[in-house]
Amino acid sequence: MSHKIEFILNGKSVCINTNANRRLLDILREEFQLTGTKEGCSIGECGACTVLMNNKAVNSCLVLAGQVNGSEILTIEGVAKNGLHKLQENFLMAGAIQCGFCTPGVIMSSYALLLENSNPTEEEIKEAIAGNLCRCTGYKQIIKAIKDTIS
Amino acid sequence: MSKKFSIVGKEVIRQDGYAKVTGSAKFADDIIFTDMLFGVMVRTHVVHALIKNIDFSAIENNPALTTIITAEDIPGAKKVGPIKKDQPVFCYDKVVTSGDVLAMLVGKDESELRKLVDNVKIEYNELPVVTDPENALNDNTPLIHPENKTNLINHYPLLKGDVKKGFAESDYVIERRYTTSYQEHAYIEPETVIAYPFEGNNGIKVIGSIQNPYTARRVVSEVMGIPLADVRIEQAELGGSFGGKDDTMNILAARAAVAALKTGQPIKIKFGREESIIESYKRHPYRLNYKVGFNSDGKIKAMKIDILADGGAYASMSPFATWRTVVQATGPYEIENVETNVNAVYTNNPYTGAMRGFGSPQPIFAQESLMDEIAAELNISPLKVRTINGFKAGSITASGQKLDEHEVSFNKVLEKAGAESCFNVKWNKYRKENNKIDGNFIIKEKQKSNNFILNENQFIDPENTWRRGIGLSVSFRGCSLGAEGIDAVTAYLSLQPDGSIHLSCGLAENGQGLRTTFSIIVSEVLGIPIEDVHYLNLDTGHNSDSGPTVASRSTLMGGGAVQNASSILKERLKKVFYKYWNINKDCNLIFNSGLITYGNGNKKITFKELCSLAYNDDSNMSTLGLYAGPKVDWDEESGQGNAYFTYVYGCQVAEVSVNISTGEVYVNKVIAVHDAGTVINLLGSEGQVYGGVTQGAGFCLWEELNSEEGKIKELNFDQYLIPTCKDIDEIKPFFVEGNEKYGPWGAKSLGEPTLELTSAAIANAIFNATGVRYRNLPINLEEIILLRKLRPDNLKRGSA
Repeated sequence: MSHKIEFILNGKSVCINTNANRRLLDILREEFQLTGTKEGCSIGECGACTVLMNNKAVNSCLVLAGQVNGSEILTIEGVAKNGLHKLQENFLMAGAIQCGFCTPGVIMSSYALLLENSNPTEEEIKEAIAGNLCRCTGYKQIIKAIKDTIS
Repeated sequence: MSKKFSIVGKEVIRQDGYAKVTGSAKFADDIIFTDMLFGVMVRTHVVHALIKNIDFSAIENNPALTTIITAEDIPGAKKVGPIKKDQPVFCYDKVVTSGDVLAMLVGKDESELRKLVDNVKIEYNELPVVTDPENALNDNTPLIHPENKTNLINHYPLLKGDVKKGFAESDYVIERRYTTSYQEHAYIEPETVIAYPFEGNNGIKVIGSIQNPYTARRVVSEVMGIPLADVRIEQAELGGSFGGKDDTMNILAARAAVAALKTGQPIKIKFGREESIIESYKRHPYRLNYKVGFNSDGKIKAMKIDILADGGAYASMSPFATWRTVVQATGPYEIENVETNVNAVYTNNPYTGAMRGFGSPQPIFAQESLMDEIAAELNISPLKVRTINGFKAGSITASGQKLDEHEVSFNKVLEKAGAESCFNVKWNKYRKENNKIDGNFIIKEKQKSNNFILNENQFIDPENTWRRGIGLSVSFRGCSLGAEGIDAVTAYLSLQPDGSIHLSCGLAENGQGLRTTFSIIVSEVLGIPIEDVHYLNLDTGHNSDSGPTVASRSTLMGGGAVQNASSILKERLKKVFYKYWNINKDCNLIFNSGLITYGNGNKKITFKELCSLAYNDDSNMSTLGLYAGPKVDWDEESGQGNAYFTYVYGCQVAEVSVNISTGEVYVNKVIAVHDAGTVINLLGSEGQVYGGVTQGAGFCLWEELNSEEGKIKELNFDQYLIPTCKDIDEIKPFFVEGNEKYGPWGAKSLGEPTLELTSAAIANAIFNATGVRYRNLPINLEEIILLRKLRPDNLKRGSA
């Protein structure tokens, strides 16, 4: 059964009619062609589908349309405004990217961390991205990129 | 180093980075066609059986279904494989492993198709399941592929000297057995492929997360029965591979191609994580038996090695991966008498094939653990036993190859790693501290039972549960394919009239940073900003077959091809320069900072102007550069020959903390010293080390995948545990950059050496911390505490 779902997506009000049990991940990728949000495991383990929901990092594969109604969603496509965000720049500079499939999710987790805590410790950085699996980088350059953003 | 470069060796930002940080990079699943259909697999329910009947009657009129694809729809080869053609695209007579696929349902709505899968009725005649590779060659064991008349995939012997004599002359002879587990590649992007027919069904285009587009093209061509030129494979942005997006992807490409030509519409196949783990191949589990004879001064006299690799249900890359094993099984040590036998066998387990390291991480784990066992036996330092036996210039390898064509940097990497880590001081310190607790915390009499109640004398001081240890490992590794196969690469370079450049190569960007590395080489040769080099994605219609992107060969072979192409165009541009300035003889021109200058600088021209002049002068603005490896040789009977044309050396030191109450191992620090020749992109090279060490630590400590009665239990990341950012503290790369005559300015291999060393270094560090030698990977909590594995129940593996 179709429901009307209204929410703010990357700063713009949007409205769709969809099943209440449709995953936010599918809504973003299929309804809005926001394919920067990736699907890696479908069970909330890998973090590739991380987006911000009301300023908190969530796995969009575990969020259903009904929960999205009335919320504010930010995806990787909404992070760069008038040029790259500092985090994105530092990911480039530090070499925090290899294949790039996990990258949007890691950036979203880092973004959420910095919204909540502008000066996190290394342990807090690790805690924030512990739910994002990366098979290429060994995480070192990712942690450096986040540290460089706060200093 | 005396090498002077303008950009080579610096930290260069990835060219594809912008698209990747903004989410605009297009991976295969991000590509959508309007009239696209989906393909969903119908998989076997059993592991080993003859197929009696497949009944689709319950679903064939369902509106969600456009068509069903089975082996009957295949116009060409029904079985494929890189070496032995033993793997069916769709099973038709029998199933041999749990990932086997019998049919593909095709329709518009993927989720509706998935609901239909269980309504396909398959009747089987079940056969006994072969799960233990040790039994594979027994007379009464069922044959996995009866047409082969044996379950042996391959046997590689190697004979040097006389091991009997060597053992007789040794002061000590010890025998040790080591085992390793499956390792799943765990690329974060699951497999995805799209195929669509060209206009009028004249050939097929495939876009996908494909590691080796030319191999995929060959497989699609064989299966469709059409010429290679009628198949075009385009690589989408690839979300990690590590050797894993080869056979599986080629077969998926073929399935999609069959369906696309049958329906005339684009077909997408997209795996979820569980499907990915069920169907894709893994790293081979090895059983390794080492017998070594040595003298009291530490000199190794003889080594006899028997290795059994579980190839699973299909041969895949087993013959090549285990060939690297036989070449490198004795490690970087000169040993007079060697006898090695490596067997790969068929079982009904998940099949195994290429994975980063490719037949080297397993023997290095065993062999480098063994070196420490020799040191412990003689009560000498791990550094000393290695120095005594290590390769020097002119050493003869186990396969009889004299190492006199490249810089043998064994001592260089060992000394650097030893010094950077203060190895001897720490190793002695920890050994002394940890002697006190040796034998106190391992519950020896409880090893074989599930009785976890401790005796009074087995209680652990809760304030004193962490033990520290340090360990090292060294390796040598043959670069590129060696005697495995044809080894040549081409690169295409095209100057534009405005000075910008198109570059492409027959090797593939798999996330490792090849585009950037190759662009740096062009930038260095032509003296132009790297921003002016525009990398074209790999499309088999635009490049020539350069073999697979494997064996850490991209920088060496592809880099060589790019350097050659750049040099060819540079020579042409020089001629245009001479004509412009009326110079009659060849002279030294400097290409730097987008400017070409002669003499004291009064004759100069910008690169952009020179390109424009060349264009207006009807010059040939494009070229192909070729790089072919020198000839190598191998005798299959004796296991002797010049296996690879050059080698790299590396040494890693791991420092760990072991919690003796929980069995947790935390990796405090890994120092990774590599001689990969000249470093082209420092940022990318460091990235290879961080990533490789982390995967190697996963292989050693956490990653366990079990086949119970042929079925995998760990189907997603909740159970298959790959390292997170919290598992390893510090990783410190060092590059010693030895001299090398091959490759671009002497750059060679790095990607795989970074992974292959880590497990042995960590295992040796755990020994230093606990006094216990763990010989069975992964060294997880239960291995540390109980000295055995918890799964599968009937498994005989473990240190107990």
